[in-house]
Amino acid sequence: MSHSLDAYLVLSALLFAIGTFGFLARRNAISMLMSIELMLNAVNLTVVAFGAFVAKLQVHAAVIALLVIAVAAAEATVGLGIVMAIFRNRKTPLVDEYDAMKE
Amino acid sequence: MLTIPATIPLLGWSWNDLLFLLLAGGLLGTALLVVLGRDIIRCGLWMIVCFLCLAGLYVLVGNPLVAGAQVLVYIGAISVLILFAVMLTQSKSGPARLVFHHQAWAAALAALGLAAVLVIVDGATNWPLAQPDRQATTTTDVASRLFADFVLPFEVVSVLLLAAVIGGVFLAKKDDAPRSDSDI
Repeated sequence: MSHSLDAYLVLSALLFAIGTFGFLARRNAISMLMSIELMLNAVNLTVVAFGAFVAKLQVHAAVIALLVIAVAAAEATVGLGIVMAIFRNRKTPLVDEYDAMKE
Repeated sequence: MLTIPATIPLLGWSWNDLLFLLLAGGLLGTALLVVLGRDIIRCGLWMIVCFLCLAGLYVLVGNPLVAGAQVLVYIGAISVLILFAVMLTQSKSGPARLVFHHQAWAAALAALGLAAVLVIVDGATNWPLAQPDRQATTTTDVASRLFADFVLPFEVVSVLLLAAVIGGVFLAKKDDAPRSDSDI
């Protein structure tokens, strides 16, 4: 089981779907960011699994995974900065109360 | 002298399979807890366990360098950042009584459909790459490739990180001058 690529791919597909659900369903902006992190990790797992099972891609996969981790860190920084900025104006982290465009 | 048997005594699995099952179960279980939990602080803590299981999977698949980066960056930095943000934005009234949107069932349907599509595509594709005896990725190979062929993406990512740090500070810092228009 740990020797089949399919197991890893199915695992990361499920993780990505869980992240999708969280992103769509949660009301808290920070929960949505956590779900995005889950999705990014699912993609990273796919990349690393392909790297492990295709000899030609082994080094490339590690490089790509490291770059993805760095970009995810940048994304988390900016995302949380935006959430903090909105929170200071609206006094709530719930995204369905960010309805200034409706008023 | 205690010797470890090659396979698990009763089940006949290899130890790697058992480890994979444990880590995969832990990963999916904690991911569900992150997404479904009502208390957002606990969600953040479960997310750390989720990242740890993922790092274990990276080691199992033979990529300890990425596992180390996962532990350092995700558990060490991003989780702490998210926990800080949670504590800064939690209102006094405690966790909201309604954690999910009213349309959460549609989100669940979409996620289930997405999972089904991905799993079906994976099952229908015949990956021509079974390679049973693989070896671990060595750090030397990754480093020489990263700093020779991929040095431009590497530098771009470092500039991106710098820009993100400056942008994060700018977004999160307090406005000095009082704003006249209060509606944003």
